[in-house]
Amino acid sequence: MIKSMEVKDTVNEQRKKIHPHKFTLWVALGSIIMMFAGLTSAYVVKRDQPGWTTFSIPKAFWYSTADILISSLTVQMALKAFKDREMLRYRNLLTTTAALGVFFVLLQWAGFREIWSSGITLRGSGGGQFLYVIAGLHAVHVLGGVIALLVMVIKAYFSKIRNYDSVPVELISTYWHFVDLLWIYLFIFFMAIK
Amino acid sequence: MSNEATLHGHAETDLPVHDLHHDEHGVHHHKETFITKYVFSQDHKMISKQFLITGMIWAIIGGMMSVLFRLQLGYPEAHFQFLEDLLGSKWAKGGQIQPEFYYALVTMHGTILVFFVLTGGLSGTFANFLIPLQVGARDMASPMLNMLSYWFFLGASVVMCTSLFIETGPASGGWTSYAPLSALGDANEGSKAGMDYWLISMALFVVSSLLGGLNYISTILNMRTKGMSMTRLPLTIWAILFTAILGVLSFPVLLSGFILLLFDRHGGTSFYLSDIFLTETGKALPNEGGSAILYQHLFWFLGHPEVYIIILPAMGLVSEVMSVNARKPIFGYMAMVGSLFAITVLAFVVWAHHMFVTGLNPFLGSVFVLLTLLIAVPSAIKVFNWLTTLWRGNIRFTPAMLFAIGFVSTFISGGLTGIFLGNSTLDIQLHDTYFVIAHFHIVMGVSGILGMFCGIYHWFPKMYGRYMNNTMSYIHFWITFAGAYLIFWPMHYEGLAGMPRRYLDYSNWISFNQFGDLNRFISTVAMITFAVQLLFVFNFIYSIFKGRRVMDRNPWGSTTLEWTAPIRPGHGNWPGEIPEVHRWPYDYAKDGRDFIPQTEPLGSNESAH
Repeated sequence: MIKSMEVKDTVNEQRKKIHPHKFTLWVALGSIIMMFAGLTSAYVVKRDQPGWTTFSIPKAFWYSTADILISSLTVQMALKAFKDREMLRYRNLLTTTAALGVFFVLLQWAGFREIWSSGITLRGSGGGQFLYVIAGLHAVHVLGGVIALLVMVIKAYFSKIRNYDSVPVELISTYWHFVDLLWIYLFIFFMAIK
Repeated sequence: MSNEATLHGHAETDLPVHDLHHDEHGVHHHKETFITKYVFSQDHKMISKQFLITGMIWAIIGGMMSVLFRLQLGYPEAHFQFLEDLLGSKWAKGGQIQPEFYYALVTMHGTILVFFVLTGGLSGTFANFLIPLQVGARDMASPMLNMLSYWFFLGASVVMCTSLFIETGPASGGWTSYAPLSALGDANEGSKAGMDYWLISMALFVVSSLLGGLNYISTILNMRTKGMSMTRLPLTIWAILFTAILGVLSFPVLLSGFILLLFDRHGGTSFYLSDIFLTETGKALPNEGGSAILYQHLFWFLGHPEVYIIILPAMGLVSEVMSVNARKPIFGYMAMVGSLFAITVLAFVVWAHHMFVTGLNPFLGSVFVLLTLLIAVPSAIKVFNWLTTLWRGNIRFTPAMLFAIGFVSTFISGGLTGIFLGNSTLDIQLHDTYFVIAHFHIVMGVSGILGMFCGIYHWFPKMYGRYMNNTMSYIHFWITFAGAYLIFWPMHYEGLAGMPRRYLDYSNWISFNQFGDLNRFISTVAMITFAVQLLFVFNFIYSIFKGRRVMDRNPWGSTTLEWTAPIRPGHGNWPGEIPEVHRWPYDYAKDGRDFIPQTEPLGSNESAH
């Protein structure tokens, strides 16, 4: 006990290590993980029960995967550009990321339509219905990120105040990498567990 | 309500005003209007009061509902004309509560008390109020998210409240909203629009809880003042930290359960539905392959941690109040933290004990029995530590202290029946009986609310700069405490005899005719106990405006940081520097001194705790 008292000053140094907003984001990501963990475990449990149906991964999902991987790269480059104070580059990369995000959602939509046209609608309780819900919810999270990106793009273009605080950019890039990784996980999950 | 003065350090401090403005954290010094101060406030103290008062309004509504259905249970034959006048002939035809309305009442009573009062009201109030003040921070990590947390809570409240007034009535499938009943609008009145309102409201509530929880966790871990190591945190803060972790990890799973339910209701999916013939419409449903048990798993994965989300903050408040008023250090500080941690971990692995009789694999059931009974260990450690804190203490029986001791009493008596219910074999007899009602009301409902009262009475002077009236407080305590036991203790006997819960009228059931008088007795006590809560509300509101003024910064002789702030702290909490912490929060009766504040440096020949 006494020992822990002696290292008291490290607390304050620790405090400087991580920005509270970044920490908040990490906890929020944990929370989102729990939601998808809940849904994918429901999927796994449901799979062993009668009435389960499967679906084949549509081509569009491969393209959307590539799309979101590239967007992770662009958001990372945007962060670097921001830190190097290359604002023009930053703005362009951020806009590209947002556009790729929108394109990702459109590709997911195309993927859904592909599955839908193979006869898997919302009727039933098989893999296809779970896919609509889970991948749909993921797309909503991507759209949330797109909105945040757009707000930052607008700020970057129109704000008269020069702001070199990199925390918001770091936050959005962390979130964006997260939705990327989440999709990769879901994609592998849907391919591996049928 | 002119609290403004103190923000600028009048009379409270010798520090010149400009010190306030030099602070690196940038205390707000823009002009405050009524709107920014009381409505869209980002000050954690104001947000806390907003949570408290919203929670109190809900408590009155939810409590009133219990009085209504207790009238029915105690006097099933009687006709109360005023009920028909008040509620209309649809819900209370001939002055008798109609079955549909009865189910709506019990459903809403559960939902309101569990979520809106004991989660939103309790955590929302004390996490917001105490975290920045006790860890030594100007405000939360993100005051904006914090404000949103309240507004989502209010949004959830408005939607839930609206559902009480729609034609088909509010949700009536139980606070758990089990599928398939909750998934089929044709199944009963309450599963129609009321259920949608319920789901929307709960989704908003989950968002509110998450925003709040994120903030609580990152504030506690990242915004502590200099010297405030984790082992110097008051137990209130530890409890709130674990509560927030539980909420952040379990509420999203509930949300995913709700999303699937919404798809079943409106999308035509069959996640929870299979092989159903609806007598209401005389039709067989096309849904196949769904599993109603899946909903229960998803629900109880939150539902069980939820009861700890309710009880942990109460435990924290009680530990703090008990130590202050026993003038003794809390017994076993690290054991208290450790048992909070153990409860948090176990909370995630016991949910299936709510599902012993759903056809759960008996082997799986026995695993959950073991894990459930393990919770007795940290709970017993906590009880032992509270009792040893009281032991030979120099006890001051303030109203807050009485509520704290009351909490320990109900936590013990309610906890013991948990050992019965945690056994899957005993559960065959006891499930869905009044024994269950008695158990969870005493251990979670009454204990939770006693803990909340304990916190309100203790921190009221800090919140409003005035004291509450003691006489009314004592009357409130004794009648509430005695009333709670008189209401719920007899229910154990009814439950052991097999009397099932959720029935409108037992009078035609010969086996339970013997309990007719007992039911009347319970109902009468419930009404008296409810009336005393109105006395509390009066005391609360009266004292905000007319209570005796607090003249001493530290009226309870407490060591923690909130009592070093001005009597009515402004936004930013401390004018000038944030105090530095040098010792743990429980230095009471040490070295011949009554108490030593956390801000006092260690003496040259003094060892840290």
